[in-house]
Amino acid sequence: MIYLYLFWNFLQVGLFSIGGGYAAMPLIQSRVVTENAWLTMSEFTDLVTIAEMTPGPIVINAATFVGVRIAGVGGALAATFGSIFPSLFIVSLLAFVYYRYKTLSLLQSILASFRPAVVALIAGAGLSILKLVAFSGGGIAAENLNYIGILLFAAAFFALRQWKPNPILVMSLCGAGGLALGLLFG
Amino acid sequence: MGQELTRAQKLWKLFVTSLYISAFTFGGGFVIITFMKRKYVDEFHWIDDKEMLDLTALAQTSPGAIAVNAAILVGWRVGGVPGAALAVLGTVIPPVIIILVISLFYAAFAANKYVALVLKGMQAGVAAVILDVVCNLGKKVAERKSLIDLFIVLGAFAATFFFKVNVVFIILIAGLIGVLRATLLKPKGVEK
Repeated sequence: MIYLYLFWNFLQVGLFSIGGGYAAMPLIQSRVVTENAWLTMSEFTDLVTIAEMTPGPIVINAATFVGVRIAGVGGALAATFGSIFPSLFIVSLLAFVYYRYKTLSLLQSILASFRPAVVALIAGAGLSILKLVAFSGGGIAAENLNYIGILLFAAAFFALRQWKPNPILVMSLCGAGGLALGLLFG
Repeated sequence: MGQELTRAQKLWKLFVTSLYISAFTFGGGFVIITFMKRKYVDEFHWIDDKEMLDLTALAQTSPGAIAVNAAILVGWRVGGVPGAALAVLGTVIPPVIIILVISLFYAAFAANKYVALVLKGMQAGVAAVILDVVCNLGKKVAERKSLIDLFIVLGAFAATFFFKVNVVFIILIAGLIGVLRATLLKPKGVEK
Protein backbone atom coordinates (compact mmCIF):
# COMPACT_ATOMS: atom_id res chain seq x y z
CA MET A 1 0.00 0.00 0.00
CA ILE A 2 2.27 2.74 -1.33
CA TYR A 3 -0.12 5.62 -0.51
CA LEU A 4 -0.18 4.67 3.15
CA TYR A 5 3.59 4.25 3.18
CA LEU A 6 4.12 7.71 1.64
CA PHE A 7 1.62 9.17 4.09
CA TRP A 8 3.44 7.56 7.03
CA ASN A 9 6.91 8.71 5.96
CA PHE A 10 5.85 12.31 5.39
CA LEU A 11 3.87 12.27 8.61
CA GLN A 12 7.21 11.66 10.34
CA VAL A 13 8.75 14.58 8.45
CA GLY A 14 5.87 16.83 9.53
CA LEU A 15 5.98 15.60 13.10
CA PHE A 16 9.70 15.98 13.71
CA SER A 17 10.57 19.12 11.77
CA ILE A 18 10.54 21.75 14.46
CA GLY A 19 11.39 25.36 13.69
CA GLY A 20 10.10 25.41 10.13
CA GLY A 21 11.72 25.76 6.72
CA TYR A 22 15.28 24.53 6.78
CA ALA A 23 14.64 22.35 9.83
CA ALA A 24 12.58 20.04 7.61
CA MET A 25 15.47 19.46 5.21
CA PRO A 26 17.50 16.92 7.21
CA LEU A 27 14.31 14.96 7.89
CA ILE A 28 13.29 14.93 4.24
CA GLN A 29 16.80 13.80 3.32
CA SER A 30 16.65 11.03 5.93
CA ARG A 31 13.25 9.67 4.79
CA VAL A 32 13.61 10.23 1.06
CA VAL A 33 17.30 9.64 0.29
CA THR A 34 18.77 7.57 3.14
CA GLU A 35 15.91 5.31 4.24
CA ASN A 36 13.82 4.78 1.11
CA ALA A 37 16.12 5.75 -1.79
CA TRP A 38 13.20 7.51 -3.50
CA LEU A 39 15.59 10.21 -4.76
CA THR A 40 19.36 10.31 -5.31
CA MET A 41 21.33 12.94 -3.40
CA SER A 42 21.58 14.94 -6.62
CA GLU A 43 17.80 14.81 -7.23
CA PHE A 44 17.24 15.78 -3.60
CA THR A 45 19.47 18.81 -4.09
CA ASP A 46 17.50 19.76 -7.21
CA LEU A 47 14.35 19.43 -5.14
CA VAL A 48 15.74 21.82 -2.51
CA THR A 49 16.65 24.22 -5.33
CA ILE A 50 13.12 24.02 -6.76
CA ALA A 51 11.64 24.49 -3.29
CA GLU A 52 13.75 27.62 -2.81
CA MET A 53 12.68 29.05 -6.15
CA THR A 54 8.92 28.43 -5.77
CA PRO A 55 6.40 29.61 -3.20
CA GLY A 56 5.27 27.34 -0.39
CA PRO A 57 6.83 25.49 2.52
CA ILE A 58 9.67 23.08 1.65
CA VAL A 59 7.82 20.20 3.37
CA ILE A 60 4.84 20.60 1.04
CA ASN A 61 7.08 21.01 -2.01
CA ALA A 62 9.05 17.88 -1.10
CA ALA A 63 5.97 15.80 -0.30
CA THR A 64 4.31 16.69 -3.60
CA PHE A 65 7.48 16.17 -5.65
CA VAL A 66 8.36 12.80 -4.14
CA GLY A 67 4.74 11.61 -3.96
CA VAL A 68 3.99 12.27 -7.63
CA ARG A 69 7.22 10.58 -8.74
CA ILE A 70 6.59 7.46 -6.67
CA ALA A 71 2.84 7.05 -7.11
CA GLY A 72 1.35 9.76 -9.35
CA VAL A 73 -1.09 12.45 -8.25
CA GLY A 74 -2.60 10.15 -5.59
CA GLY A 75 0.86 9.72 -4.12
CA ALA A 76 1.39 13.48 -4.09
CA LEU A 77 -1.87 14.00 -2.20
CA ALA A 78 -1.14 11.19 0.28
CA ALA A 79 2.36 12.49 1.03
CA THR A 80 1.22 16.12 1.29
CA PHE A 81 -1.65 15.25 3.59
CA GLY A 82 0.77 13.20 5.71
CA SER A 83 3.12 16.14 6.07
CA ILE A 84 0.41 18.46 7.46
CA PHE A 85 -1.45 15.81 9.47
CA PRO A 86 0.53 16.16 12.75
CA SER A 87 0.22 19.96 12.62
CA LEU A 88 -3.57 19.75 12.60
CA PHE A 89 -3.58 18.06 16.00
CA ILE A 90 -0.55 19.54 17.69
CA VAL A 91 -1.29 23.14 16.72
CA SER A 92 -4.88 22.77 17.92
CA LEU A 93 -3.68 21.29 21.21
CA LEU A 94 -1.10 24.02 21.75
CA ALA A 95 -3.65 26.70 20.82
CA PHE A 96 -6.03 25.23 23.40
CA VAL A 97 -3.33 25.30 26.09
CA TYR A 98 -2.35 28.81 25.07
CA TYR A 99 -5.87 30.23 25.27
CA ARG A 100 -6.36 28.48 28.60
CA TYR A 101 -3.15 29.59 30.32
CA LYS A 102 -1.95 32.44 28.12
CA THR A 103 1.66 31.44 28.63
CA LEU A 104 4.24 30.03 26.28
CA SER A 105 7.33 30.07 28.48
CA LEU A 106 7.64 26.31 29.14
CA LEU A 107 7.07 25.62 25.45
CA GLN A 108 9.65 28.18 24.49
CA SER A 109 12.20 26.81 26.89
CA ILE A 110 11.76 23.34 25.38
CA LEU A 111 11.97 24.84 21.90
CA ALA A 112 15.22 26.53 22.89
CA SER A 113 16.78 23.10 23.39
CA PHE A 114 15.65 21.89 19.99
CA ARG A 115 17.36 24.80 18.32
CA PRO A 116 21.02 23.74 18.75
CA ALA A 117 20.19 20.22 17.53
CA VAL A 118 18.30 21.60 14.54
CA VAL A 119 21.23 23.87 13.63
CA ALA A 120 23.56 20.85 13.70
CA LEU A 121 21.17 18.80 11.55
CA ILE A 122 20.84 21.58 8.98
CA ALA A 123 24.63 21.89 8.95
CA GLY A 124 24.86 18.15 8.26
CA ALA A 125 22.38 18.40 5.36
CA GLY A 126 24.15 21.47 3.95
CA LEU A 127 27.56 19.78 4.12
CA SER A 128 26.29 16.67 2.37
CA ILE A 129 25.05 18.92 -0.46
CA LEU A 130 28.43 20.69 -0.51
CA LYS A 131 30.18 17.31 -0.71
CA LEU A 132 27.97 16.39 -3.67
CA VAL A 133 28.91 19.67 -5.37
CA ALA A 134 32.64 19.54 -4.60
CA PHE A 135 33.17 15.91 -5.68
CA SER A 136 30.55 15.68 -8.47
CA GLY A 137 28.63 13.06 -6.51
CA GLY A 138 31.64 10.70 -6.34
CA GLY A 139 33.78 9.72 -3.37
CA ILE A 140 36.24 12.07 -1.65
CA ALA A 141 39.17 11.83 -4.07
CA ALA A 142 41.28 14.33 -6.01
CA GLU A 143 40.14 13.07 -9.41
CA ASN A 144 36.49 13.71 -8.51
CA LEU A 145 37.05 17.38 -7.65
CA ASN A 146 34.63 19.71 -9.43
CA TYR A 147 36.48 23.04 -9.65
CA ILE A 148 33.57 24.94 -11.21
CA GLY A 149 31.25 23.88 -8.40
CA ILE A 150 33.78 24.79 -5.72
CA LEU A 151 34.41 28.18 -7.30
CA LEU A 152 30.67 28.95 -7.55
CA PHE A 153 30.08 27.82 -3.98
CA ALA A 154 32.93 29.97 -2.64
CA ALA A 155 31.74 33.05 -4.56
CA ALA A 156 28.11 32.56 -3.50
CA PHE A 157 28.98 31.94 0.15
CA PHE A 158 31.24 34.99 0.26
CA ALA A 159 28.54 37.18 -1.36
CA LEU A 160 25.86 35.93 1.07
CA ARG A 161 27.99 36.60 4.14
CA GLN A 162 29.15 39.97 2.85
CA TRP A 163 26.08 41.57 1.28
CA LYS A 164 23.09 39.42 2.28
CA PRO A 165 21.58 39.35 -1.23
CA ASN A 166 18.29 37.59 -2.04
CA PRO A 167 18.97 33.80 -2.09
CA ILE A 168 16.92 33.36 -5.28
CA LEU A 169 19.21 35.86 -7.03
CA VAL A 170 22.30 34.01 -5.76
CA MET A 171 21.01 30.66 -7.01
CA SER A 172 20.03 32.10 -10.39
CA LEU A 173 23.50 33.62 -10.83
CA CYS A 174 25.09 30.30 -9.85
CA GLY A 175 22.91 28.58 -12.46
CA ALA A 176 24.03 31.05 -15.13
CA GLY A 177 27.64 30.73 -13.97
CA GLY A 178 27.43 26.93 -14.07
CA LEU A 179 26.14 27.03 -17.64
CA ALA A 180 28.75 29.53 -18.86
CA LEU A 181 31.75 27.90 -17.13
CA GLY A 182 30.52 24.40 -18.01
CA LEU A 183 30.31 25.27 -21.72
CA LEU A 184 33.73 26.97 -21.66
CA PHE A 185 35.74 24.42 -19.65
CA GLY A 186 33.43 21.42 -19.11
CA MET B 1 -14.77 47.25 5.57
CA GLY B 2 -15.06 43.70 6.86
CA GLN B 3 -17.78 44.24 9.50
CA GLU B 4 -20.95 43.41 7.61
CA LEU B 5 -19.77 40.21 6.01
CA THR B 6 -21.94 37.14 6.53
CA ARG B 7 -20.22 34.06 7.87
CA ALA B 8 -20.05 32.43 4.43
CA GLN B 9 -18.59 35.59 2.90
CA LYS B 10 -16.00 35.79 5.63
CA LEU B 11 -14.95 32.15 5.11
CA TRP B 12 -14.73 32.69 1.36
CA LYS B 13 -12.59 35.79 1.87
CA LEU B 14 -10.35 33.82 4.23
CA PHE B 15 -9.91 31.07 1.65
CA VAL B 16 -9.17 33.43 -1.24
CA THR B 17 -6.73 35.44 0.89
CA SER B 18 -4.90 32.26 1.94
CA LEU B 19 -4.62 31.19 -1.70
CA TYR B 20 -3.31 34.59 -2.68
CA ILE B 21 -0.77 34.86 0.13
CA SER B 22 0.51 31.32 -0.44
CA ALA B 23 0.86 31.73 -4.20
CA PHE B 24 2.91 34.89 -4.00
CA THR B 25 5.11 34.31 -0.97
CA PHE B 26 8.64 33.22 -1.68
CA GLY B 27 11.06 32.53 1.13
CA GLY B 28 9.66 30.58 4.00
CA GLY B 29 7.48 30.82 7.06
CA PHE B 30 8.45 34.19 8.43
CA VAL B 31 7.75 36.00 5.20
CA ILE B 32 4.30 34.46 4.98
CA ILE B 33 3.52 35.47 8.57
CA THR B 34 4.39 39.07 7.71
CA PHE B 35 1.93 38.93 4.81
CA MET B 36 -0.75 37.39 7.02
CA LYS B 37 -0.31 40.17 9.55
CA ARG B 38 -0.67 42.78 6.81
CA LYS B 39 -3.94 41.24 5.60
CA TYR B 40 -5.64 39.94 8.75
CA VAL B 41 -4.45 42.53 11.26
CA ASP B 42 -3.86 45.74 9.32
CA GLU B 43 -6.37 45.41 6.49
CA PHE B 44 -9.31 43.27 7.70
CA HIS B 45 -8.93 43.90 11.48
CA TRP B 46 -9.88 40.29 12.21
CA ILE B 47 -7.05 39.74 14.72
CA ASP B 48 -5.23 42.24 16.92
CA ASP B 49 -1.51 42.92 16.92
CA LYS B 50 -0.59 41.28 20.20
CA GLU B 51 -2.51 38.10 19.45
CA MET B 52 -0.85 37.80 16.05
CA LEU B 53 2.55 37.83 17.80
CA ASP B 54 1.46 35.00 20.08
CA LEU B 55 0.04 33.04 17.16
CA THR B 56 3.39 33.47 15.41
CA ALA B 57 5.21 32.06 18.43
CA LEU B 58 2.79 29.13 18.51
CA ALA B 59 3.19 28.44 14.78
CA GLN B 60 6.93 28.47 15.21
CA THR B 61 6.89 26.22 18.27
CA SER B 62 4.70 23.55 16.73
CA PRO B 63 6.19 20.91 14.45
CA GLY B 64 5.60 21.15 10.71
CA ALA B 65 5.59 23.97 8.19
CA ILE B 66 5.25 27.40 9.84
CA ALA B 67 2.94 28.63 7.06
CA VAL B 68 0.54 25.72 7.57
CA ASN B 69 0.63 26.10 11.35
CA ALA B 70 -0.08 29.80 11.08
CA ALA B 71 -2.94 29.12 8.64
CA ILE B 72 -4.52 26.68 11.12
CA LEU B 73 -4.32 29.24 13.94
CA VAL B 74 -5.50 32.25 11.97
CA GLY B 75 -8.24 30.25 10.23
CA TRP B 76 -9.49 28.80 13.47
CA ARG B 77 -9.49 32.23 15.10
CA VAL B 78 -11.47 33.75 12.22
CA GLY B 79 -13.90 30.95 11.44
CA GLY B 80 -13.55 27.99 13.79
CA VAL B 81 -12.91 24.53 12.39
CA PRO B 82 -14.19 25.29 8.87
CA GLY B 83 -12.03 28.42 8.89
CA ALA B 84 -8.93 26.41 9.81
CA ALA B 85 -9.70 23.81 7.13
CA LEU B 86 -10.22 26.45 4.42
CA ALA B 87 -7.10 28.41 5.40
CA VAL B 88 -4.98 25.24 5.28
CA LEU B 89 -6.48 24.25 1.94
CA GLY B 90 -5.78 27.71 0.55
CA THR B 91 -2.20 27.57 1.81
CA VAL B 92 -1.50 24.11 0.41
CA ILE B 93 -3.14 24.26 -3.04
CA PRO B 94 -0.74 26.71 -4.78
CA PRO B 95 2.56 24.93 -3.93
CA VAL B 96 1.06 21.51 -4.70
CA ILE B 97 -0.10 22.62 -8.16
CA ILE B 98 3.17 24.40 -8.93
CA ILE B 99 5.28 21.38 -7.94
CA LEU B 100 3.00 18.96 -9.84
CA VAL B 101 3.53 21.03 -12.99
CA ILE B 102 7.30 21.25 -12.44
CA SER B 103 7.61 17.52 -11.77
CA LEU B 104 5.98 16.86 -15.16
CA PHE B 105 8.90 18.59 -16.84
CA TYR B 106 11.68 17.78 -14.40
CA ALA B 107 12.75 14.38 -15.80
CA ALA B 108 12.89 15.60 -19.40
CA PHE B 109 14.39 18.90 -18.28
CA ALA B 110 17.18 17.46 -16.14
CA ALA B 111 18.29 15.14 -18.98
CA ASN B 112 18.98 18.16 -21.20
CA LYS B 113 22.71 18.98 -21.28
CA TYR B 114 22.29 22.73 -20.79
CA VAL B 115 19.65 22.45 -18.07
CA ALA B 116 21.88 19.93 -16.28
CA LEU B 117 24.72 22.48 -16.26
CA VAL B 118 22.39 25.17 -14.88
CA LEU B 119 21.06 22.81 -12.19
CA LYS B 120 24.59 21.80 -11.23
CA GLY B 121 25.56 25.45 -10.84
CA MET B 122 22.45 26.07 -8.77
CA GLN B 123 23.37 23.17 -6.47
CA ALA B 124 26.52 25.10 -5.55
CA GLY B 125 24.31 28.13 -4.81
CA VAL B 126 21.94 26.06 -2.64
CA ALA B 127 24.87 24.69 -0.61
CA ALA B 128 26.01 28.28 -0.03
CA VAL B 129 22.49 29.47 0.94
CA ILE B 130 22.05 26.62 3.43
CA LEU B 131 25.46 27.03 5.04
CA ASP B 132 24.86 30.78 5.26
CA VAL B 133 21.63 30.05 7.18
CA VAL B 134 23.59 27.67 9.41
CA CYS B 135 26.09 30.46 10.23
CA ASN B 136 23.25 32.85 11.13
CA LEU B 137 21.42 30.29 13.27
CA GLY B 138 24.69 29.13 14.84
CA LYS B 139 25.49 32.68 15.87
CA LYS B 140 22.15 32.95 17.66
CA VAL B 141 22.78 29.71 19.54
CA ALA B 142 26.32 30.83 20.45
CA GLU B 143 24.94 34.09 21.89
CA ARG B 144 23.19 32.13 24.60
CA LYS B 145 26.63 31.03 25.86
CA SER B 146 25.27 27.77 27.23
CA LEU B 147 27.47 24.73 27.70
CA ILE B 148 24.50 22.40 27.28
CA ASP B 149 23.71 24.05 23.93
CA LEU B 150 27.29 23.56 22.79
CA PHE B 151 27.12 19.93 23.83
CA ILE B 152 23.85 19.45 21.90
CA VAL B 153 25.29 21.10 18.77
CA LEU B 154 28.46 18.98 18.74
CA GLY B 155 26.67 15.79 19.71
CA ALA B 156 23.91 16.21 17.12
CA PHE B 157 26.38 17.10 14.39
CA ALA B 158 28.65 14.10 15.07
CA ALA B 159 25.60 11.83 15.28
CA THR B 160 24.11 12.95 11.96
CA PHE B 161 27.21 13.58 9.86
CA PHE B 162 29.71 10.95 11.02
CA PHE B 163 27.59 8.23 12.59
CA LYS B 164 24.50 8.59 10.37
CA VAL B 165 22.16 8.27 13.34
CA ASN B 166 18.46 8.51 12.42
CA VAL B 167 17.40 12.19 12.47
CA VAL B 168 14.15 11.41 14.29
CA PHE B 169 16.15 9.87 17.13
CA ILE B 170 18.41 12.93 17.41
CA ILE B 171 15.38 15.26 17.59
CA LEU B 172 13.80 13.11 20.30
CA ILE B 173 16.98 13.17 22.39
CA ALA B 174 17.21 16.97 22.04
CA GLY B 175 13.56 17.26 23.09
CA LEU B 176 14.23 15.08 26.10
CA ILE B 177 17.17 17.26 27.12
CA GLY B 178 14.85 20.27 26.70
CA VAL B 179 12.21 18.78 28.99
CA LEU B 180 14.80 17.85 31.63
CA ARG B 181 16.26 21.28 31.44
CA ALA B 182 12.90 23.03 31.74
CA THR B 183 11.88 20.95 34.75
CA LEU B 184 15.16 20.38 36.62
CA LEU B 185 17.07 23.58 36.01
CA LYS B 186 15.48 26.96 36.34
CA PRO B 187 14.93 28.00 32.72
CA LYS B 188 17.25 30.85 32.02
CA GLY B 189 18.03 32.79 28.89
CA VAL B 190 14.65 32.09 27.34
CA GLU B 191 14.25 34.56 24.53
CA LYS B 192 11.86 37.43 25.11
